[in-house]
Amino acid sequence: MLKINNLHVKLEAEDKVILKGVNLTIGSGEVHAIMGPNGSGKSTLSYVLSGREGYQVTEGSATLLGAALLDMAPEERAAAGLFLAFQYPVEIPGVGNMTFLRTAVNAQRKARGQDELSAGEFLKLVREKAKTLKIDADMLKRPVNVGFSGGEKKRNEILQMAMLEPKMCILDETDSGLDVDAMKLVADGVNALRDAGRSFLVITHYQRLLDHIKPDVVHIMADGRIIKTGGPELALEVEENGYADLLAEGV
Amino acid sequence: MAVALAKEDALAARLAALDLPQGGFTRAARAAAVARLQALGLPGKRDEYWRYTDPAALTAVAPPTAEASDAQGEVPVFDGLDRVKLVFVDGVFDPARSDDPTLAGAEISRLATADAADIHWAQGIYGALEAAGQNPVPRPLAALNTAAATDGVLIRVTARAARPVNLIYVHESATSDAILHHCIKIEAGADLTLLETGPAGARFNKVLEVDIAEGGRFHHVRTQGRDHARRAATHVFARVASGALFKSFTLTANGALTRNEVVIDIVGDDAVTHVAGAALGDGATGPFHHDDTVFVTHRGVRCESRQVFKKVLKHGAIGVFQGKILVKPGAQKTDGYQISQSLLLDDDSQFLAKPELEIYADDVKCSHGSTTGAIDEEALFYLRSRGVPVQEATALLVLSFLADAISEIEDEALQTEIFTVLEGWLARHKA
Ligand SMILES: Nc1ncnc2c1ncn2[C@@H]1O[C@H](COP(=O)(O)OP(=O)(O)O)[C@@H](O)[C@H]1O
Ligand SMILES: [Mg+2]
Repeated sequence: MLKINNLHVKLEAEDKVILKGVNLTIGSGEVHAIMGPNGSGKSTLSYVLSGREGYQVTEGSATLLGAALLDMAPEERAAAGLFLAFQYPVEIPGVGNMTFLRTAVNAQRKARGQDELSAGEFLKLVREKAKTLKIDADMLKRPVNVGFSGGEKKRNEILQMAMLEPKMCILDETDSGLDVDAMKLVADGVNALRDAGRSFLVITHYQRLLDHIKPDVVHIMADGRIIKTGGPELALEVEENGYADLLAEGV
Repeated sequence: MAVALAKEDALAARLAALDLPQGGFTRAARAAAVARLQALGLPGKRDEYWRYTDPAALTAVAPPTAEASDAQGEVPVFDGLDRVKLVFVDGVFDPARSDDPTLAGAEISRLATADAADIHWAQGIYGALEAAGQNPVPRPLAALNTAAATDGVLIRVTARAARPVNLIYVHESATSDAILHHCIKIEAGADLTLLETGPAGARFNKVLEVDIAEGGRFHHVRTQGRDHARRAATHVFARVASGALFKSFTLTANGALTRNEVVIDIVGDDAVTHVAGAALGDGATGPFHHDDTVFVTHRGVRCESRQVFKKVLKHGAIGVFQGKILVKPGAQKTDGYQISQSLLLDDDSQFLAKPELEIYADDVKCSHGSTTGAIDEEALFYLRSRGVPVQEATALLVLSFLADAISEIEDEALQTEIFTVLEGWLARHKA
């Protein structure tokens, strides 16, 4: 599904290298987790994969289903099936959440040569998905993420993911700022989407999300590299001992 | 002295080129306007009030030639709406292209023919609101209009008008110098929606005087667009009595030089006046200079005024906003609000703003703000990451930027019409 090969990334505006040779291969239907201390480059990796400006790839490559990801515009990556649930979802005053969702769904359908959803079809779909995420009509009406609580923003990300049905989902600290109930909702939302044809990359600090979204593979990232890869037990190890031992090993 | 003399010469030349109508019921008003004009002179770019906008093309003896604009098959705005259409071609009323001007709740007449009468209800309005609006800031182009207007419409509204009136301007001649003067009287408790659309001429000077009696309601929605070579100076003078409502919205797209002045005099208590504008300029399709100049005077107590102006500018387009709220002594509990904002889509464009408050009452709430900004890159990326192509995402953000101004239009059907025009413009001006 996703193949990242020796990815080196620096900031465009300054001489700061953030990713220093990331290698990662995620197979179809797999769930991978990336854990790692703050500032290790996890968000940068997710931004670079989704095409945010401000970064410069100096070496390496990334492919999604065989297509060179890094050459595509952000909207092309989305149409190709990539989705990033933002660590900090963006507020867009003046654009209604519903308009936002419909524009996105129809833009992707158009890019894939499918007919746009009618207003009725769209409404039915969004109501159904919103209900399972406990997103009420008011949240759908309000401007995108404006005045949403931290938890509401994260649930809104999952709603977008559910509507867009991407193939490769990256979740950047979707659990941060969530209480136990909200985390359960989000995890249920993610698990409902698990499918042989869909993969997940779950970025998190905490083992607790991985209790709900069971990963197949766990990676530890530090200082712009993946320093260790293992099974779910690796997350438990981090939970118990912190990163210190792993970092020492990695050096 | 040299300046004053040059101004006198310019005015003499301008007046000499005009065929000043004698006027019937307007005769005294026209003569007074000529006298006013002689005292004021035509505006020049040295005048403080014209600091950001060079009036040369508006005051020149003849307008720069401007070919009639091509609508390119676009469906005219408000097309599907049930309304009374009054058509002016190059500044002359065209009965053949207009609807029968009968409207339940209103009487409509044409200035060019009504002016022969010795007496007319519009006598206390024609040139009177304009004259009152010359203080404290002179508006010579409006005085010129009162003196020289050849046509226009006079509407007296006595009840809730059954349908909106749509003044439709048509530009056919490359040299037309259209000067129109409209007077509207909203009697107590009456209600009218006035729509204005279309390019009026190679050059356009328009005055609209609106007198709203107690509890009257006036809604005004206009669109200026399509004519890239437009040179227009428009003035709205409103006198607003107690409990009355005045709402005016203007959408401006394109235009080499547009100066829209709105002068509101709130003479009663508990009145509400909102004036809003959304302007879009793309220097790549011709020069764009758009100037909104607004002056609101509060004389009564507990009145609310709002000014909401938004401009989207690119490729060297220039936007100007001069807005003032004047609160007279005794106008307590005034609630005055003013915001002017520009969205610059590149580094070439410019927004010049001069917001002013002048307050002589102590128990008032007044605020003003002015901002200049670029497209929010974070929001743009967020939209694109959801699969929305960059042009479409930009358009969505532009529309959301303009939304506050458009929501000043009360009628939702009219709002939808404006959004449709905007979407069309954004689709045509992608790069
Ligand atoms: N746009 C940026 N400007 C400046 N520094 C940045 C930028 N993006 C990332 N960084 C820096 O890169 C490093 C990695 O950040 P990030 O990818 O957010 O890490 P993580 O998500 O693992 O906490 C940090 O030191 C951060 O300060
Ligand atoms: Mg992060």
